[in-house]
Amino acid sequence: MLRIEQLSYEIKGHRVLKDVSLQVRKGEVVALLGANGAGKSSLMRLISGELKPTSGSITLHEKRIEKYDNKTLARSRAMLSQQHAISMAYTVKEIVVMGRYPHFQSSPSANDWKIVQETMEICGVADFADRVYLSLSGGEQQRVQLARVLSQLWDNPDALLLLDEPISALDLHYQQKVLSIAKSLSRHGFMVIVILHDINMASLYADRIIMLKNGRKFLDGTPNEVLDSKNIYTIFSVESSISVDNHSLKPHILFKEMHAEPQLFNSSLQPSPNRAQTDDK
Amino acid sequence: MVLKQRIILVILLIAMILTAIISLGLGAFNIPTKEVFIALADKIGLSPDATTDEMYADVLFAIRMPRVILGMLVGAALGISGAAIQGIFRNPLSEPGLIGISAGASLFAVLIIAFETLLFVGLSELLGYYLLAFGAFVGAGLTAFVVYQISKKDGRPNITTMLLAGIAINALAGALTGLMTYMATEQQLRTITFWMLGSLGGATWENLSAILPFILLPLVSLPFFGKALNAFSLGEEQAALLGINTDYTKRWVVLFSTLAVGASVAVSGIIGFIGLLVPHTVRLLGGVDYKYVLVGSMLLGAMILTLADVLSRTLVAPIELPIGVITALLGTPVFLYILIKENK
Repeated sequence: MLRIEQLSYEIKGHRVLKDVSLQVRKGEVVALLGANGAGKSSLMRLISGELKPTSGSITLHEKRIEKYDNKTLARSRAMLSQQHAISMAYTVKEIVVMGRYPHFQSSPSANDWKIVQETMEICGVADFADRVYLSLSGGEQQRVQLARVLSQLWDNPDALLLLDEPISALDLHYQQKVLSIAKSLSRHGFMVIVILHDINMASLYADRIIMLKNGRKFLDGTPNEVLDSKNIYTIFSVESSISVDNHSLKPHILFKEMHAEPQLFNSSLQPSPNRAQTDDK
Repeated sequence: MVLKQRIILVILLIAMILTAIISLGLGAFNIPTKEVFIALADKIGLSPDATTDEMYADVLFAIRMPRVILGMLVGAALGISGAAIQGIFRNPLSEPGLIGISAGASLFAVLIIAFETLLFVGLSELLGYYLLAFGAFVGAGLTAFVVYQISKKDGRPNITTMLLAGIAINALAGALTGLMTYMATEQQLRTITFWMLGSLGGATWENLSAILPFILLPLVSLPFFGKALNAFSLGEEQAALLGINTDYTKRWVVLFSTLAVGASVAVSGIIGFIGLLVPHTVRLLGGVDYKYVLVGSMLLGAMILTLADVLSRTLVAPIELPIGVITALLGTPVFLYILIKENK
């Protein structure tokens, strides 16, 4: 179980996160939602141990995260980050096997290779295992990184999986596939926290949704509890209507078109000619 | 490491040993390869009945052998520290010169050449030939220390700051070296120039044994950082998430590289481009896995510097060309090739 208490994080005098408390139980998929700059990624990086909180505590399986040694922590949690800048020509397989680094000393065991093969297959990258990572498309690269992160935890169902926008570069099929993999793993005990921008995906796949606003926890509940037009407007300033999907009984959000008048924000534009004619009539 | 990479390493090892043995015979005074083998076998007591010319044996053991061994050690040290520094900086175009190690070493050496008669008389009598080497070594270590301290942010070394500090130190050391050169006498200038261009000509069993520990320690230790450097190429944060102790890795890789480069510069002057050319060639041959690249760069570095030294003493024999000139002539086109390729 992951327990976060009174977590605050400051960077150069700016408070990015304020008194955030939350819990994630074994077998749960929690989606983290919020506007840009709400503190989602910072929260993920604090949970992963990459950043040190200004105050508050993070406890994974009843042990403070900073008390873990590097190796044990790396076997207990993995994080898929948003950015991956690789400068050398590694092959896909070489990158995925790095996920097993916390598990072997000098060379990977047969079991490590088996896990690498399985994660490459489930992420749909096994066919180009020997290709150079840099030659792949953005979506393919994202799936390779996911395979690496999954192989880090594959054989530890007590582990915590952190996914920071895992589907941002993926096509429709892989968006669903990646989230379904995360969800199916959670059914075997994995804890999953995932940052998403697609609210309908969050509604479909998350057991619980946590919404952040200006560095504070704003809402925490099941999709049916928290997803309504008012909350969505408060967080994103976007109008929407909600219907309940007959099959899944989950809320489905339909967004209303947002109108913008160019001359209100671009002073060099005149009102559009079509519009002017209509107005004349 | 895959099978192909293991095979390449074995081939490189054999090629390196053969190059060394053949190069023992080559120089202003040629020794036939057969005689080299007989002399070597004789030395280790393998062929008591075969005898070799006294003169061959003298040249071989007193002059050639320390030189070839020094070339191999320096080449191996420059090759592996080049690869390691590229791993830490996550940049295939970096080399130990980039963080100012070589510039610091050469500045201190030039200072000693310029002021030896004025300031260092006592030290000079005590240390003799070693004064210059000692100065270069101190210069390398001091620069690395200063750059490392400047780059610390919240107690951890920051790679970008380290690079920028290295550029600043390089500029400063370059300016001061230039000033010393400008003020030097004719005789000093010759020494400075010869030393700045690099040479293995000063190799003796004595100075070989003096630098041996400083080069062997990094050569033995750096290959163990292969896994950590692979993880580093995902980014420092990713490496930490994979359980790599990133501060430990940065500290020791920079320290071992400084030791290796400092000791090399101390005995052989500045030999450029090995640290850049060799790891790149090793990657072209068999891939980018650091477990392979580090060992491969050590072997190929030793081989290439041995070859470059053969060229330096045979191209216009009996005159010797500075070895730094040869490595730079070979290295520059490769550097430009990488740049153009990366750009496309």
